[in-house]
Amino acid sequence: MRRNLLKWSLITGAAAALALPLTSSAQLTNQDLAARIGTDAHVGNITGHAKDAAPPYRRYCVGCHGPLGDGNGENAVWMPPPMYQKPRNFQLGIFKCRSTPTGTLPTDEDLFDAITRGFDRSNMPQWNTLSKQERVDLVAWVKHFSPRWANEKPGTPITIPPEPEVTAERIKAGRDVFARVQCWKCHGVQGMANGPSASTLTDDLGAPIAPFDFTEGSRPKCGDTDRDIYRIFMTGLDGTPMPSFADNIKPEEAWDLVFYLRTFMKQNSKEKQMAKQLGLKPVDPNAPAGQQ
Amino acid sequence: MKKASKHLSLAVLLALVLVASGVFVRGHKVHAAGEGKITGSVKFTGTPPHMKGIDMSKDPYCAKIHASDPAHIETVVVGAGGGLENVVLYISEGLPASAQAVPSQVPVFDQKGCMYTPHVLAMDAGQTFKVTTSDDTTHNIHPLPNPMTGNIPWNQSQPPKAAPVEKSWKAVEMIPVQCNIHPWMHGWFAVIKGPYATTDANGSYTINNVPPGSYTVTAWQEELGTQTAKVTVAAGGSASADFTFKGK
Repeated sequence: MRRNLLKWSLITGAAAALALPLTSSAQLTNQDLAARIGTDAHVGNITGHAKDAAPPYRRYCVGCHGPLGDGNGENAVWMPPPMYQKPRNFQLGIFKCRSTPTGTLPTDEDLFDAITRGFDRSNMPQWNTLSKQERVDLVAWVKHFSPRWANEKPGTPITIPPEPEVTAERIKAGRDVFARVQCWKCHGVQGMANGPSASTLTDDLGAPIAPFDFTEGSRPKCGDTDRDIYRIFMTGLDGTPMPSFADNIKPEEAWDLVFYLRTFMKQNSKEKQMAKQLGLKPVDPNAPAGQQ
Repeated sequence: MKKASKHLSLAVLLALVLVASGVFVRGHKVHAAGEGKITGSVKFTGTPPHMKGIDMSKDPYCAKIHASDPAHIETVVVGAGGGLENVVLYISEGLPASAQAVPSQVPVFDQKGCMYTPHVLAMDAGQTFKVTTSDDTTHNIHPLPNPMTGNIPWNQSQPPKAAPVEKSWKAVEMIPVQCNIHPWMHGWFAVIKGPYATTDANGSYTINNVPPGSYTVTAWQEELGTQTAKVTVAAGGSASADFTFKGK
């Protein structure tokens, strides 16, 4: 009898182990969440606690992100891609806007900034109306949906050298970087999101996704300071087609690229004026490497 | 007194290290001496599914390479004589822990002619592999594992002449990999534990470094699924297992 029981528990155990990789993302239970309720978060000198975040989450977040944080809240069906991206699935622990390298967890500050800033061109508003304490509590709450924080540390934030002065030479050098690493394949030679690969892009869940259109006047998703733009292409936007260029763009070249990208933007800027004076032409996609 | 105990603990530590390394070396030698192999072939019967030609006109660099010999998708590649290529064979049951040392060689996944070479790269969990590019166009290498397995997705660019990307995977998983810039580029990282092999164009394979024992061998094909066979490998011997996947 006992032997039989053992045999069955072994068989069901093996079956469960086999089934796990296929179905595990849907298997998060309230018990798992209860076990991780002690998760905390640190931003500046404020410590946030997941256990304090249930009321604000239920009030402000659950409608889109869902009770289990899987992005299947009741409003999610009204956000069809590519116009919108599905609300983030917190269980996967994969985030676009990070200061950390591709494939690593974001820092607590990164999540705090995302909640505070919101995401332009999405249904995620700015939550800067919530108190700082509430937002840090919500960071801890977001983390408690994913087992990854129990097993991994956030990545080490990339080092961003001080921003140099904008010069005509730097803008021209930025154009060379844009041509060399072929940003235009998706973003287009004028940053209008109409490159040859733009129409077939999909996110990690297989949903259509559009590249950023620099010319339409909206803010980049991860913030609109020069440092924010620098960070985007040096960390990549995980979960999307945007890769990390950290291995292929040197830090000093990265600033040049930031300046060149500014010349596409609708908002007036020093870079835009300089590009105009230079009579800078869009890169030629058919020019051989190094002959722009 | 204090000094004596310090010496004693040092001696004990030294002894432990010696014993531990001795066990390791001896275990390794015994294992190497009796190693056998599993060989066989994987065939496809029936009408192979049509592998569509790929329109690479979006990227003139890619299109030019295949101008006279169009590339085809590689989901099911059947060679002459019905041999099935790109099938991964590995030991799914019965492998002792001592035979699960991670190999030190570094398998290479190349981006060439806007296709992946090989289409399926098998490797051990924890084994370092390399992604290279032979192309004069920018690729992004974007594996899509299930993060719940412990394998974390990443996404790195490889412009022309980029240095190789070196990575490894933590957990056993069949991981699809894609290039978003060239949407036809699909391949696999087959991450397994223990000795493995991938079938060649004739559907033949050899799994080397198999210690004597009885095993279940699994054959995995991305579209057609898995099949298993039981084999027994004698010390220094060779066992054989053939597989047949049927077309619809």
